[in-house]
Amino acid sequence: MWQWFHRLGSPRWFYQASGKWLPWLSILAAILLCVGVVWGLGFAPQDAKQGNSFRIIYIHVPASFLALAGYYVMAIAGAVGLIWKMKLSDMVMKSAAPIGAVLTFVALVTGAIWGKPTWGTYWIWDARITSMLVLLFLYLGVIALQYSYTSQDAASKASAVLSLVGMVNIPIIYKSVDWWYTLHQPATIKFTEAPSMHPDMFRPLLVMILGFYCFYAVALILNTRVEILHRERRTRWVQDLVAGKPS
Amino acid sequence: MFQFESINDFIQMGGHGYYVWSAYLISLSVLIWLVASPLQRKRKFVQEMIRQQRREMARQETSNT
Repeated sequence: MWQWFHRLGSPRWFYQASGKWLPWLSILAAILLCVGVVWGLGFAPQDAKQGNSFRIIYIHVPASFLALAGYYVMAIAGAVGLIWKMKLSDMVMKSAAPIGAVLTFVALVTGAIWGKPTWGTYWIWDARITSMLVLLFLYLGVIALQYSYTSQDAASKASAVLSLVGMVNIPIIYKSVDWWYTLHQPATIKFTEAPSMHPDMFRPLLVMILGFYCFYAVALILNTRVEILHRERRTRWVQDLVAGKPS
Repeated sequence: MFQFESINDFIQMGGHGYYVWSAYLISLSVLIWLVASPLQRKRKFVQEMIRQQRREMARQETSNT
């Protein structure tokens, strides 16, 4: 088992293994997202109260889910790098930061656009939205720390610490709609009960959530691979790889 | 079944067209960038590496002769 763990830590192994999975993951992501978008935009019934603006949910909710899940990916990768000094884990953490930041941005922007016809305002300082903004700042902070040190090791350590400290924000975001009086509505998707949404509206949402997960994996793998190439550029295998592919 | 009477209705989204389409288009462009950016960085990296390798080979040739 430890052998597997140590092999997992080899950047070269990750580069070669991920290369095999990437095409399939990309195709899966593309199919799920296309099906989900077409279904959600054109074939799901419109909402009784919100009309067609509710269709923004098919981007807003999946992006939010992945913004939160992606933060855990970044924090756990940071922790593994901190504890086991695994360089590959540091690279995954570095790659996860901009992806999470972008997804948080998408969640905030689509939420703001949706808020205008629904609530009459693009922005409000309610608990859910404010804590999502804090999440964006945390992601940006991790990215900024990467550029603040001359030593990559020091940068990785600082980013990992910030990621871990910021982890407390995730349950706050998640529970914010239960703990405070918020304009943002409570969760429709629960772990223990059926969703409080009509199945015709819910099914395309599920497809989009799965599609976003696959998309996240693709983006994370792509970014990590570039990071590996850059950091391992002096090794034999990278030099051979580059020499084998003129472009 | 398709929820709209016509393509024009689909674009109008019952009056919410600006909101729905701007949300989708902004998200699409940004998500495309998330994939395009690493692909472009990889291409630049490979080009730079090849250039370095050529320089190395040229230097070795001049030192051999």
